[in-house]
Amino acid sequence: MEYKISNRLRIFAIVLIILGAIGVTSGFISSKSYETVEDVKELLASEAHHGDAHEADAHGDAHGEAELHGEEAHAEEGHKMSHEEHVLHQIHNRPYAALYVAAFFFFMIALGVLAFYAVQYASQAGWSPVLFRVMEGITSYVLPGGVILLIIAFVADSHLFIWLTDGMTTVGHDNYDALVAGKSGWLNKTGFFIRGAVFLAGWSAYQYFSRKFSVAQDNADINDNRNFKKNFRISAAFLVFFIYTESIMSWDWIMSVDPHWFSTLFGWYLLAGMLVCGVTTIAMIAIYLKSKGLLEHVNDSHIHDLAKFMFGFSVFWTYLWFSQFMLIWYSNIPEEVTYFVTRIEDYNLPFFGMVAMNFVFPLLLLMNSDFKRVNWFVIMAGVVILCGHYVDIFNMIMPATVGDRWFIGIPEIGAILLFGGLFMLVVFTALGKYPLLAKGNPFIKESKNFHY
Amino acid sequence: MEASRVIHAIYTDDDVLMSAVKTVRSEKHHIEEIYTPFPVHGLDKAMGLAPTRLAITAFLYGCVGLTVAIVMMNFIMIEDWPQDIGGKPSFSYIENMPSFVPIMFELTVFFAAHLMVITFYLRSRMWPFKKAENPDPRTTDDHFLMEIAVHNNEDSLTALLQETGAVEINIVDKDEDAH
Repeated sequence: MEYKISNRLRIFAIVLIILGAIGVTSGFISSKSYETVEDVKELLASEAHHGDAHEADAHGDAHGEAELHGEEAHAEEGHKMSHEEHVLHQIHNRPYAALYVAAFFFFMIALGVLAFYAVQYASQAGWSPVLFRVMEGITSYVLPGGVILLIIAFVADSHLFIWLTDGMTTVGHDNYDALVAGKSGWLNKTGFFIRGAVFLAGWSAYQYFSRKFSVAQDNADINDNRNFKKNFRISAAFLVFFIYTESIMSWDWIMSVDPHWFSTLFGWYLLAGMLVCGVTTIAMIAIYLKSKGLLEHVNDSHIHDLAKFMFGFSVFWTYLWFSQFMLIWYSNIPEEVTYFVTRIEDYNLPFFGMVAMNFVFPLLLLMNSDFKRVNWFVIMAGVVILCGHYVDIFNMIMPATVGDRWFIGIPEIGAILLFGGLFMLVVFTALGKYPLLAKGNPFIKESKNFHY
Repeated sequence: MEASRVIHAIYTDDDVLMSAVKTVRSEKHHIEEIYTPFPVHGLDKAMGLAPTRLAITAFLYGCVGLTVAIVMMNFIMIEDWPQDIGGKPSFSYIENMPSFVPIMFELTVFFAAHLMVITFYLRSRMWPFKKAENPDPRTTDDHFLMEIAVHNNEDSLTALLQETGAVEINIVDKDEDAH
């Protein structure tokens, strides 16, 4: 049952990291090639030559956006930023945003697994203990992933979080924004990082102790369930802490990139996405380890249950996505609906493509009971779900930072490779630290014999 | 009729019943029916019953419900009495689709659930005023009854069932009108 990260996998992960780092660096370098408004004018002029359709499109969008910005936010101060300057900002924001999206995506997988794992303990689930070590391995990415994410947020500053722009909260300043100023009691740099540190500390403390008790339970006497009981208690406490902090985290780390807009179910929406990605990753890694002849107690019924969760959480995600969309679409209040107007106009393909990938695809593919037991089928559905949820995060961050100048190109793919490689390296190294069967768990026999 | 004489073997525990089913089947006897007070997990597989097709009908009924919702809302809100929905007077079904999604969802579920239950009842030969087929009222409380057809092998079958842990074995002439 011992597992050690193979050299091939380690080298593969390191190669991904290096390739990713090259992509990210080249993204930063190429964004720096536009230094002044003059460069942007040249760029826009050359783009205008590309074709009539595109030209008309770009102009229409740019106008719409400029008008929105003018009306909505800066009307009272007579905002003076030219279109070219705006585009320049977007070009400079792009590599940061690309990095942030990928970093958040992989961090969110680990965090989703952590919540799922805590639910297993708090509900004293009998089916899942054979998968606990896989989950513990994935959650070891919470701390490094979270720290990196906060560092990116710190360095990117106003490239990602427009409310950090100088003068936004100073009355009379050119950049003054009454709405952001009104929220500055919450949205300020100090508060942001204090909250971030508290969240990360809480989550990784739970991660650390739950793993410690889980391993201690393996080595304890057969009649000694104290470590299991401790884990039960801290899991219940963690879930209470998590549901508050996860919500607040979603406002801080994601929703605040559009500081004028807010949605009261955003925390749930993000949580649903996290859980789908987390469960999908558990299933994929479990299937991978099984293909290596490990995890002999994980049978098709366990995979079936994970696939049921993938299906269920996908539908749950869609429910929340649609609830958020439909209420805002229906009421059509300008300050709310701009959020979806930009997404439908400038992000039409990713916005609706993501619904197909995250809802229609898993719905049709995973509906049949027998398909949920076919391992390669689960992997295939999982790949689409993960891609779909990457696009989901992309749609949350990009419209606010790069506007209509988005593309999934070298900076984005580089960032995915970089964090994907890091994620693999951290997770599979952690998987090798302890035996893959949590043999001391009091429910382990039930889990081994689990069948549907 | 061939199956007019049957054996009723009564069990008091579902685990005993499960292993009895496996033994009886391995001896190549045909189990006509089993009456249980609650659904016994895995019994259908142990009996060798074909997998249920109820899920397929549920999917089809859901599709019917979805279609009914679309056609109905299109007629009511777009064609028959065109409505300005949410201040967007486009009078097009597709442009107003998000506001119809809850109805589409509800009717899909409604049709799938109700028609599936009705199908289940009919497939199980249950309809209003039908006389109960249940051979022994104790199977609605805490007993399990296995019904096996007899072909001049009462003695060996009785011995076999005794071995599997049946608490009571009766040989009955079945009323042929019951089916």
